[in-house]
Amino acid sequence: MMRHPLYGLMAEFETTDDLLNAAQRAHAAGYRRMDAFTPFPVEGLAEAIGYHKTHVPLICLVGGLIGCMGGFFLQYWPNVFGYPLNIGGKPYNSWPSFIPITFELAVLCAGLATVFGMLALNRLPTPYHPVFNAPRFELATRNRFFLCINARDSRFDAQKTREFLQSLNAREVSEIES
Amino acid sequence: MNAPETLQPGIERLGKTALVVGVAALVLCVAAGLRSPTEFFRSYLLAFVFWIGLPLGCCAILMLHHLVGGTWGFPLRRLLESGTKTLWLMAVLILPILFRLPALYSWADPTKVSVDPLLQYKHPYLNVPFFIARTMIYFATWMLLTYFLNKWSRQQDETGEPDLTRRLRRLSGPGLVVYGLTVTFASVDWVMSLEASWFSTIYGMIFMVTEALAAMALVTLTVILLSRQKSLAELISPGVLNDYGNLLLTFTMLWAYLSFSQYLIIWAGNLQEEIPWYVSRAQGGWAWVALGLIVFHFAVPFLLLLSRFVKRRAQILGWVAAGLVVMSVVDIYWLTVPAFERAGPEFRLTDWLAILGIGGLWLWRFAAQLKGRPLLPLRDPRLKEIMQHG
Repeated sequence: MMRHPLYGLMAEFETTDDLLNAAQRAHAAGYRRMDAFTPFPVEGLAEAIGYHKTHVPLICLVGGLIGCMGGFFLQYWPNVFGYPLNIGGKPYNSWPSFIPITFELAVLCAGLATVFGMLALNRLPTPYHPVFNAPRFELATRNRFFLCINARDSRFDAQKTREFLQSLNAREVSEIES
Repeated sequence: MNAPETLQPGIERLGKTALVVGVAALVLCVAAGLRSPTEFFRSYLLAFVFWIGLPLGCCAILMLHHLVGGTWGFPLRRLLESGTKTLWLMAVLILPILFRLPALYSWADPTKVSVDPLLQYKHPYLNVPFFIARTMIYFATWMLLTYFLNKWSRQQDETGEPDLTRRLRRLSGPGLVVYGLTVTFASVDWVMSLEASWFSTIYGMIFMVTEALAAMALVTLTVILLSRQKSLAELISPGVLNDYGNLLLTFTMLWAYLSFSQYLIIWAGNLQEEIPWYVSRAQGGWAWVALGLIVFHFAVPFLLLLSRFVKRRAQILGWVAAGLVVMSVVDIYWLTVPAFERAGPEFRLTDWLAILGIGGLWLWRFAAQLKGRPLLPLRDPRLKEIMQHG
């Protein structure tokens, strides 16, 4: 992957309303590769930056199905083929007694798949990320709201994008090195 | 803001229609039952057990919301309160059963008790006067709870006193404990003792969940129908609908979990005094009813409610909720009726007339409570906060 010397432009806002408005305007202006950083969840922000679908539920479902089938097979195979034992005159395939472990393994695998799937989709752990080069970015955990437009966006132009962001009531717009 | 004018005629019409249908169905049911009083009382008990579940389920969800709060509860609050206020109707409707206990319960029939040592052994608990006394205690407890839940809520509508919210919460904690105990005993008395030799300790829990599920499905359906109205529409966002969907999903899963736990333990134990309950419920036509319950009371709603697409769309969620109400009737049918019809379900006109009859009366009272009250507890301090931030 070719490295762009400029990662993007970071705009700093003082209120959630400014950020929300900026995100909506930027999306309307055609920007797609952007991200927002806030100290707490802001209602409607994800939609504003054009983030609609996540694959985490699908990963969770697949993990659950694997756990479910694996858990059942884990009991079915040894009881019916591997080492069949007559227990209390019950049939070898005593499926009702397999259900609790099948259920637990489905939950376990769904949970693990969700956590690790989420981490993978977020590309975590990431030891280095350019956004931390932005000045005062640590305030994103306290009382400032940031919007970053990535330089790889097709509409990105260092000069025009900077002017556009400044017109949105940004407190400051800064370039981020990659 | 009273229940808005545009809604008033609709609610009033619904109430009147329900009353006419209910009375007509009950009269027909009595007429059909004259030939066989036993058959009539069996159908009547089935209908009573289903419809008493709605006010009780409403009461539990209402107390749950007082305890934990959340936006989801405010649009439901008036519906739940109206649901609980139908309890006195159910208290009147149980009277015919109390007068004819021997027609339903073997332990109430002296000729059967005199030949059965087990019934004699259980006689100190299962006898007519004590049964009636217990039923009166249950109703007194529930009515006391719902009286205060409604009174303080109404008071807050008038005065806006924020302290009432705290008082409601303090009542709801112990209230839920008392609710759990009374519903457990009531389900054992009214339904489990139909087959007096059988017992299961998880039975009360299953009933509670069935009732909460039916009540939640009914109020979800009602709130979706009412949300065409502007004052509610603001609060019924896709996020809140998602919460209703999740609550329905939780109750559906809990129902399956508890029902399966009971089955697994009895199946694994394989004891002579425990398995007849399942044997009679899994043979002949009952097997099909049981299968229907597994598919349409668990698998289908479970898979549908997993999807956010379904939970966030009022119309689809409304259909799922309606389906769950219908399946709750089937669930109660499968729990109750095999005690009488061991070979398989038979179509009895009186069953459906009784369900329709008591249901009509119930809906009539429900609509009457809904009318003339604000649809939202607007002066609850927590709702004010939500309205300001939303």
